[in-house]
Formats: sequence, C-alpha cells, structure tokens
Amino acid sequence: MLIYFFKRLLHGIPVLIVVSTITFVIMRVVPGGPFDQEKKLPPEILVNIQAKYHLDQPVTTQYLLYLKQLAQGDMGPSYKYIGRDVADIILDTFPVSITLGAMAMLVVVGVGVPMGVWSAYRQNSAIDRICMFYATLGISIPSFVLGTVLVWLMSHKLQWLPPALWEGPRHMILPAVALGAPFSGYIARLTRSAVLEVLASDYIRTARAKGLTESVILFKHTLKNSIFPIISVLGPLTAGLVTGSFVIEFIFSIPGMGSFFITAVTNRDYPLIMGVTLIYAVLIVLANILVDIIYMWLDPRVRV
Amino acid sequence: MSFFSKLSFGFLGVVFFSAIFAPWITPYSYETQDTLNTLATPSFSHLMGTDRLGRDLFSRLIYGARVSLFIGILTTLLALVIGTIYGSISGYIGGRVDGFMMRVVDVVFALPDMLMIILVTVMMGRGITGMFIALTLVSWVTVARLVRGEVLRIKEKTYVEAARALGASSPRILMKEILPNILGLMVVTLTFRIPVAILAESTLSFIGLGVAPPFSSWGTMANEGWKSIKFYPHLILFPSLAIFFTILSFNFLGDRFRDGLDPRNKARFG
Repeated sequence: MLIYFFKRLLHGIPVLIVVSTITFVIMRVVPGGPFDQEKKLPPEILVNIQAKYHLDQPVTTQYLLYLKQLAQGDMGPSYKYIGRDVADIILDTFPVSITLGAMAMLVVVGVGVPMGVWSAYRQNSAIDRICMFYATLGISIPSFVLGTVLVWLMSHKLQWLPPALWEGPRHMILPAVALGAPFSGYIARLTRSAVLEVLASDYIRTARAKGLTESVILFKHTLKNSIFPIISVLGPLTAGLVTGSFVIEFIFSIPGMGSFFITAVTNRDYPLIMGVTLIYAVLIVLANILVDIIYMWLDPRVRV
Repeated sequence: MSFFSKLSFGFLGVVFFSAIFAPWITPYSYETQDTLNTLATPSFSHLMGTDRLGRDLFSRLIYGARVSLFIGILTTLLALVIGTIYGSISGYIGGRVDGFMMRVVDVVFALPDMLMIILVTVMMGRGITGMFIALTLVSWVTVARLVRGEVLRIKEKTYVEAARALGASSPRILMKEILPNILGLMVVTLTFRIPVAILAESTLSFIGLGVAPPFSSWGTMANEGWKSIKFYPHLILFPSLAIFFTILSFNFLGDRFRDGLDPRNKARFG
C-alpha cells in the first residue's frame, strides 16, 4: 500500500514538470513583460530590475534557474507585491481557498448523495422527478449566475447574509452554496443510477426475501455497494471545485488563491503565476491519488 | 420528442435565428446611446432596459449571442475535429503509438484547465482569438479519449475485418467503415461540449478576463451588470438568463440524443 502510494506520487512528478514548463513557456513567448507600464521606467532602472530578476537571461536559463530555486523550496519573490515572497502569499491565501473548497464539497456530497438515494428509492415518483429536475438545473446553471442570484436575493433583498468578504462562518455560506450546488446535481444523478443498479441486484432481493427491514436494506446493503462510482468522481470533482473557485472568489471578494491568480495574470507577476499554478496542480494530483487510495481501501477487489 | 426537448429546440432555434439576423431584428444598434435614458428599467421603447451608457440591452443581448455562440460552437467543432483525428489514429494503430499518444492526452487532461484558459487568454491579449485557442487547447483531449475508445471497440468488428480481407487500405477503413459508426457519438459529444465551452467563455468574460471591447458577449454583459446589481438587477438578469437557458437547452438535447443512441432505449423511439 505504502509502495503504491509512493509510486503514484512519482507518477505525479512528470505532470507537474509539464505543467510548470507549459506555464513558463506561455508566459514568456508572448510579447510584453511585467515591468511594461503606461509610464515608461527610465531605461537604466529597467535594466537593473531585469538583471535582479534574471529577466535579461535566455528563457531556458531562466527556467533552469527557477527549477533550481524551486528544488530548494523557494518560489521566488513576487514582482508586484514588493517585499513579499510568493510562498508568503500562498501561505496566506491557501487556507482560505481550501476552506472554501471543503465547505463546497460538504454541500456537494451532503445535498447530492441523499437526494440521489431518495430519488432512486422512490423511482419514478414525484420526488424522483423533482430531484432529477434539480439535477438538470444544477448541471446547467453557471456558478457565477447562481452566485449573483444568491447575493442579490439573500444579501441585498432579504439582508440575511453578508454579500462579500471572508470574516466568519456566516460569510462562508453563500460562496459554499454557489460553488457546490451546481456540482451536487451531477452527484445526485450519479448516486441515483448507482443505487438503482444495486437495488436491482440479486443480493438485495435475497435481503428482502430474508425479511430484513427496508432501512437495513437501504442503508446497510445498498448504500455500501453504490458508493464506488461516487468516490471515483471525487477526484475530477475536486479539480472542478478548484477551477470553479476563481469566479466565486471574484464574486464574493474572497482573499483566496484564485483572486491572487487573476491579479497575478493581469500584472504578469511571473513567479506568483507559477507558484499558484503549481499549487493547484499539486492539489489536483494529490486529490486523485487520495481518491484511488480510498477506493482501494474500501474495495478489496482492486487491491494491488 | 418530449415537451422539454421541443422547448429546448425551439429556444435554441430562436437564439440562433436572432444571432444570425441580428442587424435586422434589433431595434437599436449595439452601440447607440440613448443618453436621456441611461439605466432605464424595461419598457416598450427598451424591452430590457438600458445600461449605464444608455445602450439598449435587448439589442446588445442579441449581438452578444453572436459572440457567445460563435466561440462556443467554433471551439467545440475545432476540438471535435482535432480530437477525432487524434483519437482515431491512436486507437486504430494501437500498441506503442497508442500508448504514447494517450500519455500526451493524460498530461493535458491533468492540467488545471481554468488556469490554463485564463493564462492563455490573458497572455494572448484578451481577444476572441486567444480565448479560441485556449478553449480548444483544453477541450480536444476529452473528444480524443472518447473517440479512441469507440475506435478500439469498432476495429474488432467483423465488418472491419471483412473490409480488410477485401484489401481496403487503412485510410479507407477509417473513413468508410469506422467514421460513419462514430458519427452518433460525435453528435452527442458536440451537443454536450458546446454548453461547456459557452460556460467557460461566459465565466471568463464575467471575471473580466475574456472577451474585450469592442466585442461583448453575454459574460461581458453580466460583468457590467454585476457592478450595479444592488440597484439595477435587470442589467445582470437578462444576460444571466440567456446563458442559463442556452446551456440548459443544449443539455436537454444532449440527453435526448444520447438516449436515442443507446440501443437499450430503441423501443421507446420506434
């Protein structure tokens, strides 16, 4: 198990190298640089700055320098937030983004799974139809539309919840719902079809024949066996939440990594762009490994 | 066809029609400023009201449909073509070539896609071209994977074997035997991927990194509306609704096409 884990970690490394290379290349091949401003800097100052950040070197040298720095655990200084290291900024913003992601995940699983189970259990009933209608809506509503509707309704009209910022549990509700709800529709659909499949299987019929109560059948026999498809999408789902968090952080002015990434890209703050991209890539790679391990742990058939 | 599919079909028809014939349908041009009526609420002279500069929202929405649909459909078509060529070659040749080609797909798949889209679009100068390249870059891999799977399955069929026994060349087998059999899958993929592209475009434009003036898409309009949501919610309402219903309709139709393709559902379609 441990060996498998390390093997998977090793497999993640080429992905990270490719991500960093592509990001680096995209940043450097296009014309313009981080210190091009409306008000031109005096040439001697510009030369100094570029020398300080090694921007006067060829791109390949710059890249190797960056990798060397990175291997020593240094993500470099930010170009625009003078005096701050990229690592500093990430340490500040990462917990915010991860909290938002975790809360959204809670919404996704907490709403999606029960809904799917319920609608499978009452297949073709009105409840089933309502749940599946919700699921289709959820898949189709962009999270920024849901987010803006929530802000308008809950904050401006009803004034129940704060429309922005990140200062306490009350501030987390709307962003988490806006980020999570669209995905919960997808999970509800998936859960429904998984549960339906299990409910039609022979061992459930046997359980019924034995005279077990419906709740034991549903929670002990069915749920346990229909959980696998749900777990296997948790990896891609994490990626979806991560990428979805950009727009949510923008709407609610949340000081997370997404907000900083957006400003970094517009400012061409190369080290910050690289740092945030790498952290997101690591997060996605780790999530996928974690999901596979949970899968193996739950299902003895796929154990290596 | 069910009621909802008909409705979706009708809605998309109207959107397409008005996008194509925009100059003849819209009561105003998208840049005409009615400076006496800025930020007006919906009325008979301005069906959906006007924005901060007094431009007619209804007209802008129809012109916005052009940009949104254009990007959504064209990037998806391009991704479909690239993905199909790549996937079918990979699946058809098989072996080591397939292994290598799929490794490439895996790596592109592992890229955090929204990050890459933002990066490429902004670096390319926030134009339609940049967004076009960015969206195609991340979306062809999904198609390539699907197509490869289908080709792997189909190339083992007896009719392919028969064609080969008759001396057909590989390109001929791919074009005449395999491609017609994945057309259905391609149509379904197209219907499911277009809303994804529209969503990505509008999200990007909404955070202010996508389509830039003089063009404006539904996402750009939603971004403008967002700034004054508290007092003039109609500015963001209409573009949001347009995006939502368009994506919803595509998804409904996609579901329908997929069910129609599934042989298990044949009876219901007879």
